[in-house]
Amino acid sequence: MIWTLIGLPLLAALASLRMRADRPRRALLVATAVAHAALTGICWIWPPAVAPGAWVGLDAAGRLFLGLASGLFLAATIYAAHSLGRGREARGRLTEADTGSVFVNAPEAVFTACLLVFLAAMTLTVASQHLGLLWVAMEATTLATAPLIYFHRQPSSLEATWKYLLVCSVGIALALLGNFLIVVAATASGAAGTLLVPELIARGAQLPAPWLQAAFAFLLVGYGTKMGLAPMHTWLPDAHSEAPSPVSALLSGALLNCAFLGILRAHAICAAAGLGAFSGNLLAGFGLVSMFVAAAFIVGQTDYKRMLAYSSVEHMGLLAFGAGLGGAAIYGAMLHAANHSAVKAALFLLAGNFLSAYRTKSIARVGGGLRRLPISGALWLAGLFAITGSPPFGTFASEFTMLQAAFAQGRGAWAIAALAALAIAFAGMAKAFLGMSLGRAPEATAADEGERWPTVLPALALLSLSLLLGLWIPQGFASLLGQAAQLIGGGAP
Amino acid sequence: MNNTIDLILVALVLTDLILLGASRLRNAIRILAAQGLMLGLLPLLAHRGGPIWHALLLGGGSAVLKGFVFPALLNRALRETNANREIEPFVGYVASLLIGVGALALSFWFGARLPLPAATPSQWLVPTGLFTVWTGLFLIVARRKAITQVLGYVAMENGIFALGMVLVEAMPLLVELGVLLDVFAAVFVMGIIVFQINREFDHIDSDQLSALKEDAP
Repeated sequence: MIWTLIGLPLLAALASLRMRADRPRRALLVATAVAHAALTGICWIWPPAVAPGAWVGLDAAGRLFLGLASGLFLAATIYAAHSLGRGREARGRLTEADTGSVFVNAPEAVFTACLLVFLAAMTLTVASQHLGLLWVAMEATTLATAPLIYFHRQPSSLEATWKYLLVCSVGIALALLGNFLIVVAATASGAAGTLLVPELIARGAQLPAPWLQAAFAFLLVGYGTKMGLAPMHTWLPDAHSEAPSPVSALLSGALLNCAFLGILRAHAICAAAGLGAFSGNLLAGFGLVSMFVAAAFIVGQTDYKRMLAYSSVEHMGLLAFGAGLGGAAIYGAMLHAANHSAVKAALFLLAGNFLSAYRTKSIARVGGGLRRLPISGALWLAGLFAITGSPPFGTFASEFTMLQAAFAQGRGAWAIAALAALAIAFAGMAKAFLGMSLGRAPEATAADEGERWPTVLPALALLSLSLLLGLWIPQGFASLLGQAAQLIGGGAP
Repeated sequence: MNNTIDLILVALVLTDLILLGASRLRNAIRILAAQGLMLGLLPLLAHRGGPIWHALLLGGGSAVLKGFVFPALLNRALRETNANREIEPFVGYVASLLIGVGALALSFWFGARLPLPAATPSQWLVPTGLFTVWTGLFLIVARRKAITQVLGYVAMENGIFALGMVLVEAMPLLVELGVLLDVFAAVFVMGIIVFQINREFDHIDSDQLSALKEDAP
C-alpha cells in the first residue's frame, strides 16, 4: 500500500517527462493527485498495520501528515493545472509590475515531474520509521522543490532558490550528524546500533542522556531549518514568496509539516528516555522565539506573499510551542497543524489570484479586492480571520487547546507571551488584509480574465474544512489526532 | 591497519588547511578531489566483520563521486561561467589559516572529551571529522563566490562522512547510499544554479544576491 503511494507519483513523473503535449500532462498531474488522495483516504479508513522492524509504515502521526500533504497536493494541482494553461496562452506577455520583468516560465514537463517527485518524497518522509531513511527523504524534498521555486525564471526567484538550496542543505547536513549521534547513543547502551524509531522508543531508558541530548539539539537545528523555526528561517520568506502560488501553498502547508514530523519523532525518543522536559523546553523556547520574530516582520510588511510566509514561521513556532509543552497541548498542536495547512494553502492560492489580477505583490498597490475579485476577496477576508485564530474557525479551537494546556500546567507566562505574539501578528495582518479587500479597485488591465472555478474552488474547499474543524471534529478524526499525540507522548484533552 | 587510517586522517587535516589557504579555484577543486579519494578508502580500512562488499560499495561509490564526478561537475561550471579564477575571500587567507588552526585545537579538545563507542577505528576520527565539517562551514560563510559555497558544502559532507565511519557497522548500507545519492543530486542542482546565476547576473558572487530582504523599518 505504502509503496504504491510512493511509486505512483514517481511513475507519473517519469511519464510526464516523456509526454510532449501539455494538456494530457496536466490531466496526468491531476489524475495522479486524485489517485494519491483516494489511496490516502483508504489508509485513513482502513489503517495498514505497521510491521515491527519495518522501515516504512504509516502510524497515526504519519497518516495525519500524509492526509494533509495529499489533500493539499490535490487542491494545489487543480489550481496549478489551470494556471499553467493560462500562463501558456499568455506566453511572453505577462509582466510583473514590481520589477517590469517578463515571466519566462521553466519547461512545463520539468515542473510537473518535480511536483510529482516532491509528492513521492513527502510521502516517504511521513512514512519513514527509520531516521536515516527520513533524512534521505527530507533532503530529496529539498532537491525536488528547488527547481519549482525557480519556475518563473526571474533574478529574484533565482536568488531565493540559491538561498533555499544552500541553507536547507547545510541545515539538513547537521541533522545527519544528529542521526549519527543517535546511533552512538544506541550502541553505547550495549546493544546494536539502530535508527528505527519504535525500537529506540522501546529501549528508551537505556539510552545515555548526554548523547541523546546532543543528538536532539542537532536534529532540532537541522530539521528546524527546514521547518522554518527562527533564527534558521532566513530562507523561508524568500522561497515562499518567489515560488509560484500553488508551490508556495504546498511548501507552507505540507512541507513544513513534514519537517515538523521529523522533529516530533526525535522528541518522542527523548520523551521515552526520560528527557521529555529537556527536549520539550527547547522546542517550546524555539517556538516562542519564532513567533516573536515572525510577528515583528509581519507588522509593516509591504509584500503580501512575504507576509503569508512570515505567518507560516509564526504558526510553525506555535506548533513547536504546543509540542514542547506536552500533554494536551500536543493534541492541540496536531489539530493546529491540520488547520494551518488548510488555511495557509488557501491563502497562498488566493494570493495567486491577487497576483495575477493586479500583477504586483505590494500590499499598498492592491485595493478593492472585494469588487475586482468578488469571490477571492471575500475568501481573503474569511482567511484573515481563519489564519489569526478567530472563532468559528478551527484555528481558534486548536490555539485555545494549546494555551489552555499551558495555563493548566502552570506555565501562564509562556502562554501570555504566545498570546502577545499572536496579537501583534493579528494587528499586522488585519491592516494589510483589510486594505487589500476594501476600498476602490485600480483599473483592470487587459490581461484580466476574472475568476474561474479552478482558481477559487480549492481555496473555498480548504477554508470550509477549517471552518468545519472549528464547529465539529468528526469522531474518527479526533481519535486519529489523539493517537498521533500519544505517539509523541501527549494525550487527548 | 590503524596506522593507515591515522595517516589518512592526518592527510585530511592537511588538505583542510590547504583548502583554507587556497587562492585558486582550480586548486581547491583538485584538493577536494584528493580528499574524496582518500575518504573512499576509509570504509575498507575501518571494516570489521559484516559483508566486505558493503564497504567496497560505499567506499567505491564515495570515491568515484567525490574524486571524479564532483570535480568534473565543478570544473565544468567554472569553465562555463568563465569565472575569475581567484577565490575572493571575505576573510583573508592568512586569517583563515590562523582561525583554522584555532578550530583544529578546539576540535581535538572537544574530541578528547567525548566518550567514544569501544569499536571506533581510530580515536582521531571524531576531531578530524569535526574539523572538516567546520572547514566546510567556514568556506560557505567566508568566501564570496557561489561556487566556493558548493566547495564548502562538499567539504562539510566529507567531514560528516568521516564522522560516520565511527559507526560504519551500525548505519545500514541502503541509508548510506541514499545519503550519497542525495549529496550527488544536491551538488548537481547547485552546479546548475551556479550556471544560471552567472547567466542571469554576469557574476557568481553570492554576496550580491541581496535583492530579497526586509526593508529597514
